Amino acid sequence: MRENLHRFFRAARGAGVKLSPAESIDAMRAVSKVGFADRTILRDTFLLTLAKTQDEKKALGDCFDLFFDQPAPQSPPENDKADEQDSSGSNSTSESPGDASGGDEQADGLGQLAQMLLAQDRNQISAAIANAASAASLSDIRYFTQRGIFSNRVLEQMGIERLRDDLDHLTATNPGLAERLTNALDGLRGTVRETVSQALLLYGREEAENLRNEILANAPLSRIEPRQVEQMRRLIRQIARRLRERYSKPRKRQRRGHLDVRRTIRRNAAWGGVPFLTAWKRRHRDRPRIVALCDVSGSVARVSDFFLLLIHSLHEVVDDVRSFAFSGHLIEVSDILEAKSPEEAMAEIMSKVGFGSSDYGNSFDDFEHGWMSAITPQTTVIVLGDARSNNLDPRADILRRIAERSKRLVWLNPEGRMAWGWGDSEMPRYATFCTVVRQCATAKQLERAVSDIVASYQ
Amino acid sequence: MAENGPSASIEAVERGLAAQGYIASRQIATAVYLAQQIEKPILVEGPAGVGKTELAKAIAAWRGLKMIRLQCYEGLDEAKALYEWKYAKQLLYTQILKDKLGEVLGGAPTLEAALSQLHDFGDVFFSKEFVEPRPLLQALEQPAGCVLLIDEIDKSDAEFESLLLEILSDFQVTIPELGTVVAVSPPTVILTSNSERDLGDALKRRCLHLHIGFPEQKLEERIVESRVAGISQTLRKQMVSFIHEVRTLDLKKLPSVSETIDWARVLVLLQASELGHEVVKDTLNVLLKYEADIEATMPQVSTFIAKASRQNAFG
Repeated sequence: MRENLHRFFRAARGAGVKLSPAESIDAMRAVSKVGFADRTILRDTFLLTLAKTQDEKKALGDCFDLFFDQPAPQSPPENDKADEQDSSGSNSTSESPGDASGGDEQADGLGQLAQMLLAQDRNQISAAIANAASAASLSDIRYFTQRGIFSNRVLEQMGIERLRDDLDHLTATNPGLAERLTNALDGLRGTVRETVSQALLLYGREEAENLRNEILANAPLSRIEPRQVEQMRRLIRQIARRLRERYSKPRKRQRRGHLDVRRTIRRNAAWGGVPFLTAWKRRHRDRPRIVALCDVSGSVARVSDFFLLLIHSLHEVVDDVRSFAFSGHLIEVSDILEAKSPEEAMAEIMSKVGFGSSDYGNSFDDFEHGWMSAITPQTTVIVLGDARSNNLDPRADILRRIAERSKRLVWLNPEGRMAWGWGDSEMPRYATFCTVVRQCATAKQLERAVSDIVASYQ
Repeated sequence: MAENGPSASIEAVERGLAAQGYIASRQIATAVYLAQQIEKPILVEGPAGVGKTELAKAIAAWRGLKMIRLQCYEGLDEAKALYEWKYAKQLLYTQILKDKLGEVLGGAPTLEAALSQLHDFGDVFFSKEFVEPRPLLQALEQPAGCVLLIDEIDKSDAEFESLLLEILSDFQVTIPELGTVVAVSPPTVILTSNSERDLGDALKRRCLHLHIGFPEQKLEERIVESRVAGISQTLRKQMVSFIHEVRTLDLKKLPSVSETIDWARVLVLLQASELGHEVVKDTLNVLLKYEADIEATMPQVSTFIAKASRQNAFG
């Protein structure tokens, strides 16, 4: 049973439940108290000790049902041909496979697997599959691409080599029996394939998802296919949540608990130094302020979509974020981002200023006239754009003034460094005024950039 | 060790809590049972008003233990939760004892001797005398054990969580100047959270994780039955089923169990024998806390009442 528990833990990890050894020890202690007798109590116990969120509880519950409702060794192999012959075979259900094929002299020379298949003893076959599966460490399966490998391994463990020899031999000597055996083998293959698929379902989900996320995180945002957009959104939301967990709120905390000796003595001077009033140390922090200018013109629309999504989530981490979007001219979008759901906000912003051809000079001009006062010496200004201004006046002078007023000016460019300065790219001219210039084309780079920005306020 | 009927013990928990008027679902009872068996805190999550805090109170009442409650809020720190030095007292004593210093050191011939004599007095001012125990330390010092309720942990800062870790895993607290204070008898710890903020993994790992959602209809009926005296069975069934209908709506704040109980009390007070359109309209503000929610529900009231009575008739 202990082995079974471990397999269940592995399955739980596969289902996406994060399990540390400490938790599995707790679960085992808990199980030792409640026993295995009552299935619902056992289920509750696992849900209580292992799952830490609602989502995990659901995943774990499903996993529990899948795991405990289908004890692999008992499930009959789904084999139509076997079923047809079953009536004759299972009537003489007997312990030894040699007995079942007793009428056949040929069978004596056959390997164990062949005898078992001919005997049509389902219980024995599924037990053999279960054994072979554990010998082939089937629970290590992680990716769907491994299905073939593991199927072969299981079959090897069952002795398919010997079976092939037997088949070769039988085709020459006893074609009828050989045909029966071939059919039975096909059935076996099907059953094994199914066992492997189920194991993949149990043990493989998380890794597969991680792999997909990993690929997605490193894929260029501008070239995400439509069907991946939703996944990407989810990924960005995950990133935002990570950032939020890491950076939320600490700025509001005041350090109290340490006596400020100097102030205490000064304050109590009137009583001859007898300290009636105590004074406490406090720590002051920067209040993060972020002003984000986001290019939403046609060429970078998709990237800025994701960027706006992240800014949207940033509103929860940093209280003072003001966001602006522009292509030909610039508008403030803070309210839209605050009030609406990400999707609605995105759609509205895009319909207002999106998809035009970009005019950085004009947009900077709009900003200087309308909102320059939003920038204080505590502000980090983030510009997201490819700096392609269609050969219009780049107005780098305004950017210089923005840089002078602000604490930092960060430029995130979705284009690769190689492209900067070529064609109508004004990046080199702008870069001279920026504190940091980053390429920011994938979700991973986006996360790192934003994380750096927020971390500098900690 | 689990042979002598573990399920019987879970039922014992259920009975014990029920005796205090807390009708626990099977999962809640299992959690409480396990928390005692493997000495782990329970982290209770779920929407407001489903009886998270009540659970702690019921456990305390059932087992005859004192309940110590720590209400969390933003900015809560160790000085308010754990212990604090009585600085003013320390400073005051220093001043008062200044004269004593002469006497103590009077006999010392040299400065060095005086210093070593002073050393002998050690850290008088950092002794138990000058510690002001706050809820967490108090909980550890209860000789008979207690129920420690750490309410709305999600309202506190992330740093505060790490402060709790030592208590949650080992039931002890280290005060640098004094050493480690170990619990006389381990308290039963209940943490509650409305999931306003995601809690740290380290904290979650130390707790049993219990999610209390809205109860099923049958359970909620039993809760009303145990809490509100003199409510007829018909009315009870109708109102609970009505509330379950309301919960299917997309509202700002869904009515919780505590509101169900309030409403039941109001209905009893108004001597309603069954759910009527007028009564519901007049008392809907007990159930729903936002004007917008009431407006959204109003047009559905008749349908819901009809549904409730129909279900009552057949079920």
